[in-house]
Amino acid sequence: MKHLLSINDIDKDFALTILDTAAEMAKVSEGPVKKLPTLRGKTVVNLFAEDSTRTRISFEAAAKRLSADVINFTAKGSSISKGESLKDTAQTLQALGADAVVIRHPASGAAHRLAQGKWINGTVINAGDGTHEHPSQALLDAYTIRKHLCGGRGDLSGLHIAIVGDILHSRVARSNVLLLTKLGANVTLVAPPTLLPHQVEQWPVKVSFDFNAVLPTVDAVIMLRIQQERMSDLYFPSEREYSTLFGIDSERLALTKPKSILMHPGPMNRGLEISAEAADSDKSVVVEQVANGVSIRMAILYLFIAGSQESVNG
Amino acid sequence: MSLALNESDITRALTRISHEILERNSGSTQITILGIPTRGAHLAHRLASIIEGIEGVPVQVGTLDITLHRDDLRLRAPRPLMETSIPTQGVEGRTVVLVDDVLFSGRTVRSALDALGEIGRPMRVQLAVLVDRGHRELPIKADFVGKNLPTSKSQSVKVSLREHDGIDEVRIDGSDAELSADAGSKS
Repeated sequence: MKHLLSINDIDKDFALTILDTAAEMAKVSEGPVKKLPTLRGKTVVNLFAEDSTRTRISFEAAAKRLSADVINFTAKGSSISKGESLKDTAQTLQALGADAVVIRHPASGAAHRLAQGKWINGTVINAGDGTHEHPSQALLDAYTIRKHLCGGRGDLSGLHIAIVGDILHSRVARSNVLLLTKLGANVTLVAPPTLLPHQVEQWPVKVSFDFNAVLPTVDAVIMLRIQQERMSDLYFPSEREYSTLFGIDSERLALTKPKSILMHPGPMNRGLEISAEAADSDKSVVVEQVANGVSIRMAILYLFIAGSQESVNG
Repeated sequence: MSLALNESDITRALTRISHEILERNSGSTQITILGIPTRGAHLAHRLASIIEGIEGVPVQVGTLDITLHRDDLRLRAPRPLMETSIPTQGVEGRTVVLVDDVLFSGRTVRSALDALGEIGRPMRVQLAVLVDRGHRELPIKADFVGKNLPTSKSQSVKVSLREHDGIDEVRIDGSDAELSADAGSKS
């Protein structure tokens, strides 16, 4: 397995290997010397054609902690903003000798195109493509859930996880549904009908329109951001109505189990899908998700690019 | 496949090494025993419990995974990481006794020294191995050896431990003439 484009690229055992590896990587981040020689001499290019804070800096931190050389490449300030095609950009990266390209792109399938285009020899890691997938986010969410609710070991069997909000535009939701169900969790999607994808009934999940009814049985709630930049139409009557029906606040949070956790991939729209009180509550693990993101991305980089290309198979 | 050490040979070797460690370090208060997974970690815990039996005080014991510091990472597929657990007192200023099952090329021990350097600065580092089979590729020497087993490079040494393999024994596989696939031995 050379590329990480979708959660479908990895099986359950390999997903658990990534989580176990991340747990060991986390110890490095806690130690006095936050650096390993593992990827010395490897070059990782962060190709970000879409805005990002957490994903970009955590991939950068992860690569640097493993001693890789990191080249950051964002749409603004590069020739992508002059209209350079993905192919030409990729060939430039190939000339730089990139061992891995971490790509974030507004077009669904961009990472796949880059991997299948034969333009580059390196490993392609999808850091979010349009409304398609965001595998490293799902892995860090699974890692966070496992750490809090499963003692950091094994799979997620028996857990009930709600994913709430803009499922339609969410690559985080898509990757999470695939991964969490693969790891044995039961997933319920909570959203207004307009924000559910076409043929959601074929997904391995339950769907609910009543947030309050779902809350008492969930172990983890993943709130999704309302993605105004991808919304060309009116999907709900008003922000206030959305917030009332599908937002989480401290009253709703009180309906969940005592040990449950509240997650959000960020950036949060405080006051819309999540209230400030809920975001800063004891159950919120939003900040910890970012720290876990570095460990997960270290594990991904290690497992996908440390070895020789010929012998890499998960 | 010939048997080199049986269960009681292994127990006797570990008991002797425990006494040697105590003799060299004038007791167990300054030592931290770190085993290299998988079998080195089991041996480390056995040594620690023997030493505790002799001295009557708890011994600092843990495990040290060296995977991320190997020098052959780019030559083979990435392998899953093993657990690293450093005892509460850490390694700073202490005498660390590294434990592995087989000493062969010395590359594992070199990696372990690098891994250790990232955790802290021990006062000194000593090396205990169950089997020294020769063929060093680096200037590394064990302080405590259970058994010196002269082997040819084409042979393999297979250590089995109760905790991991259900039986305590050390076997030498293959002869001088045949090229064997070095399975289970440490390189």
